Amino acid sequence: MATTKLGFLIQRPPYKSENPKLALTHAISSQSVEVYLNDGDLVTADVAFIGDGVLNCLKNQKTMDNYGLSSTESHIKSSLLLDLNVMVCREDLERFGLTENDIVMDAEEFGADMTVKVVPFSEITKMMEDVNHLLFF
Amino acid sequence: MGKFTIGCFSSLVGSMSLDFAVKLSAAAIEKGHKVDFWVSGNATMLSIKGQRAFKDYSALMKPVQELMGKGLTITACEACAEARGYTKENTMEGFKRHSMDWYLASAFDADRVLHIGGE
Repeated sequence: MATTKLGFLIQRPPYKSENPKLALTHAISSQSVEVYLNDGDLVTADVAFIGDGVLNCLKNQKTMDNYGLSSTESHIKSSLLLDLNVMVCREDLERFGLTENDIVMDAEEFGADMTVKVVPFSEITKMMEDVNHLLFF
Repeated sequence: MGKFTIGCFSSLVGSMSLDFAVKLSAAAIEKGHKVDFWVSGNATMLSIKGQRAFKDYSALMKPVQELMGKGLTITACEACAEARGYTKENTMEGFKRHSMDWYLASAFDADRVLHIGGE
């Protein structure tokens, strides 16, 4: 029985590239990875938004209304529903003049218990040191 | 010898990231390491068969086929490929197609995960 911890660092802004959404879909796929592993083995995914990546967390995204596509916001909510640890860098939010009121913090409507954690960068650094592998998106 | 899991998300044409990732795989295999190579997003373009080599564009079909002959495992994200119209029928022989959890499963027992990223 072993666990491999992966850290997904999202630093690109939303909708300029596929990276943020791919980061979230790959992180979410940690929930089904067991089909490839031995019983008891696990892969966990921690997600952190840093730099321009914090803009992915703005709430009330309208991609479904305007383009018929799922939003990055909905992927963040799916991550919470699946109990992924989702962090947002407090300093980078402040750099854009944003607060917790401006970003998606929970997925209560889906019944998710997990919430987004707005944390100082030092906390994200701690996560980066704690995981086995880092993936930058 | 170790195991590398290399993920690349950049397109075949328009960036040198895939070229770099393939060269890196070749160097690792040459040293006797095992390499799992994952392409997702625009990088799934690498999986298409019938690529024609021009000097002005990256052409990686031949080196990838040679590396597969030396033991490279290379897999494309099935959803990313299908979204781009890259079907199973026009996929290069030996190129696998799986869902994203394949990449994470490969990372599970990798000694190093080298995520080259995308555009």
